[in-house]
Amino acid sequence: MKLDEFFVTGDPLILGSQIAIGLTMVGLVVLITYLKKWKWLWNEWFTTVDHKKIGIMYIIAGVLMFFRGGVDGLMMKAQTSRPNMEFLDAQHYDEVFTTHGVVMILFMAMPMLIGIINVVMPLQIGARDVAFPKLNALSFWTFFVGAMLFNISFVIGGSPDAGWTSYFPLAGKEFSPDVGNNYYAIALQIAGIGTLASGINFIVTILKMRAPGMKLLKMPMFTWTTLVTSVLIVAAFPILTVALALMTLDRIFGAHFFTVAAGGDPMLWLNLFWLWGHPEVYIVVLPAFGMFSEVIATFSRKNLFGYVTMVVSIVAIAFLSMLVWVHHFYTMGNSAAVNSVFSITTMMIAIPTGVKIFNWLFTMRKGRIQFSNAMLWALAFIPCFTIGGVTGVMLAMAAADYQYHNTMFLVAHFHYVLIPGVVFAVFAGLYYWWPKMFGFKLNEKIGKWHFWLFVIGFNLTFMPMFFVGLDGMSRRMYTYSESTGWGAWLGVSAVGGLILAAGFAALVYNIYWSFRYASRDIGGDPWDARTLEWATASPVQEYNFAVIPEVTDHDEFWKMKKEGRNTLKKEDVKDIHMPSNSGIPIIFSVAIGIVGFFLVFEWNTLAAIFSVGIIAGLIANSFDYDDGYHIPAKKVWETERKWRGDL
Amino acid sequence: MKKQFPLNHVVGFILSVVLTIFAVFIALETDFTTTIKLWIIGAFAIFQAFVQLIMFMHMTEGKAKVANIINISYSIFLAVVIVAGSIWILTTGHAAH
Ligand code: HEM
Ligand SMILES: [Cu+2]
Repeated sequence: MKLDEFFVTGDPLILGSQIAIGLTMVGLVVLITYLKKWKWLWNEWFTTVDHKKIGIMYIIAGVLMFFRGGVDGLMMKAQTSRPNMEFLDAQHYDEVFTTHGVVMILFMAMPMLIGIINVVMPLQIGARDVAFPKLNALSFWTFFVGAMLFNISFVIGGSPDAGWTSYFPLAGKEFSPDVGNNYYAIALQIAGIGTLASGINFIVTILKMRAPGMKLLKMPMFTWTTLVTSVLIVAAFPILTVALALMTLDRIFGAHFFTVAAGGDPMLWLNLFWLWGHPEVYIVVLPAFGMFSEVIATFSRKNLFGYVTMVVSIVAIAFLSMLVWVHHFYTMGNSAAVNSVFSITTMMIAIPTGVKIFNWLFTMRKGRIQFSNAMLWALAFIPCFTIGGVTGVMLAMAAADYQYHNTMFLVAHFHYVLIPGVVFAVFAGLYYWWPKMFGFKLNEKIGKWHFWLFVIGFNLTFMPMFFVGLDGMSRRMYTYSESTGWGAWLGVSAVGGLILAAGFAALVYNIYWSFRYASRDIGGDPWDARTLEWATASPVQEYNFAVIPEVTDHDEFWKMKKEGRNTLKKEDVKDIHMPSNSGIPIIFSVAIGIVGFFLVFEWNTLAAIFSVGIIAGLIANSFDYDDGYHIPAKKVWETERKWRGDL
Repeated sequence: MKKQFPLNHVVGFILSVVLTIFAVFIALETDFTTTIKLWIIGAFAIFQAFVQLIMFMHMTEGKAKVANIINISYSIFLAVVIVAGSIWILTTGHAAH
């Protein structure tokens, strides 16, 4: 392969990004070297196994990916803002909507949620870390390497262009001979390993490491949703692994699982993709539900209404979510029986979802509601998400879906569930738990700008899509003529996109402003909250709890405060055993990334040679006998004295 | 703990042997059609899997009893949904005509 084929050339936008990326990287390296921060980065972050730091790295990666995916979105909005626009050509438009979808779901929503889970869940159950801290670091680094591999595709080799769903035969070698779709197969595979490991890690943590007294039905709701989401991850991600492996075999090694001519079947890809894909949308929305539950209870000053029905409906949603995948391809030519059965199962999901909505409403009823920023996001979530849910039930009717399928109506539906369901939740979670992570609050006033710009921008962007969709505009159209009459709707939608972007900018500014000016004197419990994570310092001490608490209630911290039990006695403080940092996860993941890169370009010999690095990593890990270190009780006591003040 | 006669293991062992011999008998010594043979052997295989899970793997004993049962049932549920579901979907639609 020649160099001019290796780098993507010939487009001024991409040339601009290539230069910008090059400069940013050089700039970062120079800056870090100048500030002499390499050692600090390596010791404090790159090799850390602390669940809170890993969570923060996930969140930072998620914010960066949100920016990247958002720029993709804005580019699409610019291209369709007027009829016959000539900003992106068809090929670029295809690449942009493909990377937008993949980045937003897998590299924005997933790490944001897994990041917040990482920070919060062990604290909520009174644990000192997750069950397998080193595996947790490995999860992060494989995710990160996968994400970076995917992201370089647009400057090196070319991006995938067959949609985030990558349907065969289009995504096959015959119709997409370039390396773009190899990036899809390999990068998602690498990131998927990390996600699967996270799922296992969280399940074991929750089942085995809860504080004494915390029965399953005394767990905070966010921990419950984490548990159920993790079970779904373990159930669904192996299907993606298999599907991507088959895709890789087809594309790189000449197999024909998905080509009809050689006896394969492209529908098999659709089937496997959605067997994973539908559970995946619930994997991202369930933890979000958990966050809203915590936020709504805290800021209504009441305990969650209908705790048990909440748990039952989460489990019911998870159960049903494995039984509905065909609703994504009713039009593939299934038998009437298949379509009818899946129509019914799909509509049934609306029932437990509705139960949850009513539980949130009843939690607020007669509560003393505080309109803090976190609460605002939860309030906006309810009506917006309901629109998404109701249009989902419309799509669920197979006969009607022949009309709606793959129109902008569908696009509007899933943005109305994913943005309120996941993005609003992540914002609520960030405002709420920010003090736990960093020791200061985000500014409420700038936060209001963020909130109103984002919510208005969101509705302006996506509401018009319902109407052009009903009017027959199919998804992924890169241009349209004046005579369709869609120009005005899509123009409004594009303006909405700009407002949305302004909202995101307000968040970034808020982070900057609060980092510089916000008060650091906020104590451990700035919101007068209810669950155990607030019994720690802000930011949390590295060992989390000086003494593991005894739990009697699902709003344990609230009860502790009422009964005056949240104090510490010196004689209870013991030495604390901590896991040591490790460089293996990051080195191992980089090795996987290099092999992945060679596989993308089908340089199989090089890939084989470098696979030795992966095996070496596994062996090195087996000989790692480090079993951690102890923080002496005296030091723990000193730290506690400092933040509690009252001892 | 008193050492008891390992009744479970003996019963499990005998059942396993009997079920296997039966399957061999059905396959080699009867005149059923291949489809029917496969169904019968398949049924024996599933039955034997349960025998082993309960008698040897102690699925229903110990502290994690409930968790084990939930685990196994959920795995079976997933396997059935994924495999049987996919076959149903992919063979009854256009592909069937
Ligand atoms: C009341 C519950 C819901 C119902 C009944 C429902 C129903 C549907 C149906 C029938 C489709 C396929 C339509 C078509 O392709 O023509 C669909 C697509 C989709 N739904 Fe939902 N949905 C629900 C909730 C959700 C939630 C909570 C999420 C995510 C958080 C979600 C995300 C998506 C996505 C991403 C797609 C489109 C994927 C694509 O084709 O690219 N849905 N939904
Ligand atoms: Cu779905």
